[in-house]
Order: sequence, then structure tokens, then C-alpha cells
Amino acid sequence: MTVDQALFQFLLRLGDNTLILGHRVSEWCGHGPVLEEDIALANTALDLIGQTQLWLGLAAEVEGKGRSADNLAYLRDAWEFRNLLLVERPNGDFGQTLMRQFLFDAWSSLMLEKLCDSSDIRIADIARKASKEVTYHLERSSDLVVRLADGTAESHAKMQAALDDLWPYTGEMFIGDDADDILVANGIAPNPADLRAAWLTIVQRLETESTLTLPESDFAHQGGKSGRHSEHLGYILTEMQWLQRAYPGATW
Amino acid sequence: MTNEMPLWEVFIRGQHGLNHRHVGSLHAADAELALLHARDVYTRRNEGVSIWVVPSASITASAPSDKGPLFEPSNDKVYRHPTFFDIPDDVGAM
Repeated sequence: MTVDQALFQFLLRLGDNTLILGHRVSEWCGHGPVLEEDIALANTALDLIGQTQLWLGLAAEVEGKGRSADNLAYLRDAWEFRNLLLVERPNGDFGQTLMRQFLFDAWSSLMLEKLCDSSDIRIADIARKASKEVTYHLERSSDLVVRLADGTAESHAKMQAALDDLWPYTGEMFIGDDADDILVANGIAPNPADLRAAWLTIVQRLETESTLTLPESDFAHQGGKSGRHSEHLGYILTEMQWLQRAYPGATW
Repeated sequence: MTNEMPLWEVFIRGQHGLNHRHVGSLHAADAELALLHARDVYTRRNEGVSIWVVPSASITASAPSDKGPLFEPSNDKVYRHPTFFDIPDDVGAM
């Protein structure tokens, strides 16, 4: 595997994470529990889609086959997507959506912080821009998760259930492969495993600032990073790609 | 919901040097979340450099029915406006 091939995989992973999570969050548009949350979720979704344009745009450039960010987003099938299984988990209730967001934001903020020092200046530039947005996302999701966990007995139970449900999908964020090794060796990206300690420190807010209990199991569902997805991704793509599949090349 | 998500009034300063202006209100569980909500609801188009949130319950407002006693007495006191001075043309627009 060449450096460019590894870089292409890495950029797809970043771009597909924000694309699929952005789509999931956008599903809340018009369905938020209160107007303020509805707008905030839509803002978050738009931020994520904006980051997707940058990551997939660079991925297409690195690939050098004349594809665009739109081609990559709308014309690939499920097995070509490289997002974490975590971001394709169903929205569930509002608490599950926020818990997924918090677990992802905590990882994303650390990854972007490291990427600001990437030896690839194009990646560092995107990371600096995205980092400001994600800092805010994390502030919002962590504040809300802590408050819901400490709310009523019912909200506490829902947040604990959400944490237990999503926990096995967090391990994949910290498992590296050949592509990661090549990027680490070239100073382009951090070793995924090195982010885990700092991530745990952030996530432990759930125990220190609220009353949740972190699951002890370190079992991790894997596959997303290499294109082996859960059934949910197919449904997401069916909805997201429908227009371009039915009317190829349509613009507006 | 009224008890758990009280109403907050939002004030935003558009530029440095200007005053905070009242822009609207929103529901939030506490002050920190009210600030975050205000950011999302009222500053999406780059409207501000600073946000204040105040619990609506903390604002004491004059009653519309008091309009007469409060404001009408000043209607016929035009001499309180500085409009009785001749301003030289060279001064330009005031």
C-alpha cells in the first residue's frame, strides 16, 4: 500500500464519519423535542456535512481519478464506505442521539487536535477549521448528556441504557490497521490507540459529573473502517443517494 | 415543561462598541444551556460578538395599562427636546 493509497483510505474514513453522522443528525430536523434543540441539531448536521465536503474533496484529489466529493458521497455503495459503525447507529430517542454525539465528539475533538500538527498541510488546514466547530459540538453534547443523566429517574435510566448500547461501538475508534501505520510513520496522522486515554478522560465526566456508570467490557464491534457495515448503512444510503441514483447528474 | 425549561431573554451585541440589543427569547433548563441555545437560535448568520441571557422572570416590566400616567405627561412638554436652537448650516447634519 502506497502512502497515497493509505491517505485516501484515511480521508474516506474521516469524510464518511461526518457524512453519515451528519445525515443521521439531519433526520431530526423538524422532530426535535423543543425548537431550540431542533435548530441546534440542524446546525450540528450542517457543520458535519461541511466538514464532509472538505475531507471527501481532498480524498478525491488524492485519489486522482477525476472524482469529486459529490461522486464519493452519492455514487459509492455500502461496502465502499469507511465510516465507524458508531455513526450509523439508529437515532433512537433524543438521549441516544446525544450520547452517540458525545462519544463521537470526544474522539473527533482529539483526532482533529492531533491533525492540526499533521505533516500534510492540507489536512492541518481542514483540521484547524473543523476543530472550532467540534469544540462547540462537544461542549453542547457533553453539557446535555450530563444534565439528562442527572435529570429524572427516567432520563437517567434512558441515558444509562444509551451508554450501554453504544459502548461496544466505541472501541473501533482506537483500533489501527496497515493504513494507519503508514500514516503514523509519515507523521500525517496519530496512532488511533494513542487517543484512547485522553478520550476516556473526557468520557469519565459521565461518572464524575453525573451519575452514569461506564461499562467495563472492552468488547468492540469492528468492520466499518474496512467496509463491513451493519444493515443500517444500506437504509441511510438508499435515502441519501436516491435522487442521484434516480436522476444521475441532476443539479439544482 | 414550564418549570423545567423556563423562559430566557436574549441580548446580543452585534459589533464591538455597540450596546447589547434584545433579540428574542427561548426556553432552556439553565443559564449555560440558554447561552448555547442563544448561539444556535440567534447567531447562525454571524450576528454577534457577545451574548447575554437573562431569566425572563427577572425582568420587571411596566404595564400597558399604565401607559397614560407614565408617558402622556411628556407629550405636551416639547421644550424638553433640544429643537429650539438655530443650527448654522456649516455644522451639517446633526
